[in-house]
Amino acid sequence: MVIKIYCMNYEFFALLQQELSIVLIIVLLLFIKLGPERTSERILGTVNLLLLVNCIAGFFMQAEGSLFGQMFYTDRLVIFEKNILNVATLIVSLQAYNWLKGHAHALEFYMLLLSTLLGMFFMISANNLLIFYLGLELSTIPLAAIANFDLGKRQSSEAAFKFIISAAFSSGLLLMGISLLYGTTGSLDFEGIRLGLDRSTLQLFAFILILSGFFFKISTVPFHLWTADVYEGSPVPVTSYLSVVSKGAIYFVFLYVLYKVFGRLEYIFHPILELLAILSMVVGNLFALRQQNLKRFLAFSSIAQGGFILVGLTGSYDVFSTSVIYFILVYVFSNLGAFGVVALISAQTGKETIDDYKGLYSTNPMLAWILAISLFSLAGIPPTAGFFGKFFLLMAGAKAGMYALVIIAALNMVIALYYYLRVVKAIFMDANAQAIEKLPVPMQPRLALLLCGAGIIVTGFVGWIYDYIYLLSIDL
Amino acid sequence: MNLLLLVLVPTLTAIAILFGKGLKQVRAIALVGSVAQLILCFALLVLYWQERAAGNTAPMLFEFFYPWFDFLRISFHGAVDGISIAMILLTAFVVVAGVLVSWEMNNKSKEFFFLLIFLSVGAYGFFISVDLFMLFFFLELSVIPKFLLIGIWGSGKKEYSAMKLALMLMAGSAFVMVGLFGLYFNVAFSGEGLSTMDILRISEITSADGGGAGIPLDEQLFFFPFLFVGFGIFTALFPFHTWVPDGHSSAPTAASMFLAGISMKLGGYGCLRVATYLMPEAAREYSGIIILLATIAIIYGAFATLMQKDLKYINAYSSVSHCGFVLLGIGMLTQTAITGAVIQMVSHGLMTALFFAAIGMIYDRTHTRMVAQLGGLMKAMPFICTVFVIAGLCSLGLPGFSGFVAEITVFMGSWQQPDTWYRIATILACSSLVITTVYVLRAVGQSVMGPVATPQFAGLGDARWNERSAAVLLIAGIVAIGIAPFWLYDLLEPGTQLIMKQVSGLTN
Repeated sequence: MVIKIYCMNYEFFALLQQELSIVLIIVLLLFIKLGPERTSERILGTVNLLLLVNCIAGFFMQAEGSLFGQMFYTDRLVIFEKNILNVATLIVSLQAYNWLKGHAHALEFYMLLLSTLLGMFFMISANNLLIFYLGLELSTIPLAAIANFDLGKRQSSEAAFKFIISAAFSSGLLLMGISLLYGTTGSLDFEGIRLGLDRSTLQLFAFILILSGFFFKISTVPFHLWTADVYEGSPVPVTSYLSVVSKGAIYFVFLYVLYKVFGRLEYIFHPILELLAILSMVVGNLFALRQQNLKRFLAFSSIAQGGFILVGLTGSYDVFSTSVIYFILVYVFSNLGAFGVVALISAQTGKETIDDYKGLYSTNPMLAWILAISLFSLAGIPPTAGFFGKFFLLMAGAKAGMYALVIIAALNMVIALYYYLRVVKAIFMDANAQAIEKLPVPMQPRLALLLCGAGIIVTGFVGWIYDYIYLLSIDL
Repeated sequence: MNLLLLVLVPTLTAIAILFGKGLKQVRAIALVGSVAQLILCFALLVLYWQERAAGNTAPMLFEFFYPWFDFLRISFHGAVDGISIAMILLTAFVVVAGVLVSWEMNNKSKEFFFLLIFLSVGAYGFFISVDLFMLFFFLELSVIPKFLLIGIWGSGKKEYSAMKLALMLMAGSAFVMVGLFGLYFNVAFSGEGLSTMDILRISEITSADGGGAGIPLDEQLFFFPFLFVGFGIFTALFPFHTWVPDGHSSAPTAASMFLAGISMKLGGYGCLRVATYLMPEAAREYSGIIILLATIAIIYGAFATLMQKDLKYINAYSSVSHCGFVLLGIGMLTQTAITGAVIQMVSHGLMTALFFAAIGMIYDRTHTRMVAQLGGLMKAMPFICTVFVIAGLCSLGLPGFSGFVAEITVFMGSWQQPDTWYRIATILACSSLVITTVYVLRAVGQSVMGPVATPQFAGLGDARWNERSAAVLLIAGIVAIGIAPFWLYDLLEPGTQLIMKQVSGLTN
């Protein structure tokens, strides 16, 4: 029996290119940590530069194929998804600049963060439940650690604890589902599972468990209870990473797994998706209406956005796959734009409530505008990209004839507009004697905000981005 | 000419405003930009006339096409016909007048003028759109600038009005979106089986001699209300008109002019161009309900106006009433009635802009809008009061002004429908003229004639050059339509004929 050696050939490096570059950066960070003392500006500058190079490198040398006995696969679409996550991580890192400058463990932060990113990459590229679970755990556990990174604050530890307990529980459910599935189909491979689905009761039970694991990660109602507390307690960069990168990765996997692997069980998960979509939108919106803390507010708004994506997921695969990926790209820019401003203000003044933000426009016009257009993009108002994202997502739902769902989603957009406009109102229209003073914006966060702003404006108008994603996804 | 210029010029003006420093530069840029746009619109009109005179009988002219999202068959596709040109001219007039009236806006002037011009981009883009997605894009584009304009620069309960306006208009947009999906997915191209967002191609399919299958009646009956109500919310369709009084009254003058003058017409144009044109069978079926709601709007709006004591609220409610005529005309589905509806859109746009401008001028000086506190202003400000009186006379349909032309066309067109109930609706609508006369003469008479209610007002100054120019511009438009309406009729004829072909080309 010939054992093929998988390392040391070009195919290995080309296919694992993005993962290997992340590993390289982690190793480099270790060396920097072991090396002589440097100023935090230089360290952070170096790390950001490395991340930038990593992002750009992702667009070159794209190879398609499988590795490790079909456990790991990659194609142009997967590479694109990983690139989106890379860009998002870069923006999060740039935003975290102010907070990390004074932090004793900046390098550890990056190492843990990049480990989670690595886990997500493996998860997206998984073609086998083992690699998938490995990636999932790798992406969750370090996240719990960095959720605790506001080391002086008790709230941070509480958030981390809540996160790890709920994540462990949902992973447990997922694992039980996986083991039952393996027991009934005899295979851990996605392809093998797909062929082995025979709709037996045990399999349906396993499927529900797996779905629950997924729904927890994407904060679908009723699995959303961890979201608000964890988002509020964690440091803002971690919150933005959680809300955007972590969710985005899971959605990418979910897309693939749901229709390509469990396609036969569509009669089961379709009604579930419809119901949970409605619940997520409604509950997310209703709770967001009452929030004063901006981080909690953005948490609930992201639950509602998740509901929207589920509406898209109920459509037909050819249309929604493009719409969902496009929407996540838009959502990355919009959410990171909003969190970027919150991060900046929080790091320098510690203020996080809507009342504190009143009158922001009079003192910090640029920050106010960027926050405003991020909120408009989240609400789905033209000319921001959020409008296009929401429209195409709902179009995917309408294509499958789910008009009731689309109407409910459209009405929820109106409710959502109310709470987004409340923040806009506070920023632009309310006067405040103790408005947040004019804050200096260093280069890195400024770059992040400009990137987000540009992304929000450009991603909608440039039609070929959507067409590009479409071309990538129909090859599937 | 390339219609894209109509969107490009205001966009460039808006961007240029961002670079201006101080009120003087900003308002100069805004004025230059909007006047340039007005000249462009006149050029468009002349070129259009030339094309038609040369024998070009294509339904829509000056088409431009840029693919946008190819796989969804969404494109950046624009064209104009007579109806669009009339609306574009209206927009240009009102924007120039609005800029002139806001000449002394000192509070955050850069943002104010930017938002005002940005608002007009939405309107121009909307009127030249021939692709449904592009139309919807420009429709929603204007919601946020309105929110900000009312909320930051308004008066009275401005935050409440702004939020109410934004939410109701967004609800309207949401309904329109659902209707658009219905259109898009129910139009399968004969042979290709693909859907499209293009109005022209959808109308080809749905027309009786299009050869295509058309949209099934059930789908039409389901989606037409979404489209009509959605656009109707913009045009103060009863009972969704509640954003109008608060929104218009709390807004700053230029924003009120734009809101009442143009924004409400977006809905009417949408009802005509999208709902009625593309779903003619459903338009027929629902015409009864539309006429009922329109008549209620006319009568209720008129009566509600009688009760108002604030000048801006008077004008706002009277807008509800007058826009009821638009919907009445659209509901009646005869060529004359539809022509009347469009003329009413143009006429009411100019007239209400004039009215709000006059109220704004009075408010600037007296700082009150309550009729009880105003009185005998004619001595102090003769020009403004004359303008005010002219606006009032146009509102009640005095011949010589455009209001008369519009209303009589609508009535004649409505009478052409022989059905008893439709005739009754027409009679009721006619009778609202009496109520209109009452409230107009009362409001105008009490404010500008009669004894001086508040002695301090006697020494106030009259209109300045910018206010005079704004008023003269709008009055010129009103009188041009009022005295010589034939040019407008000729302009609108091919467009309304096209719509009628769709509607009456049914075997019904």
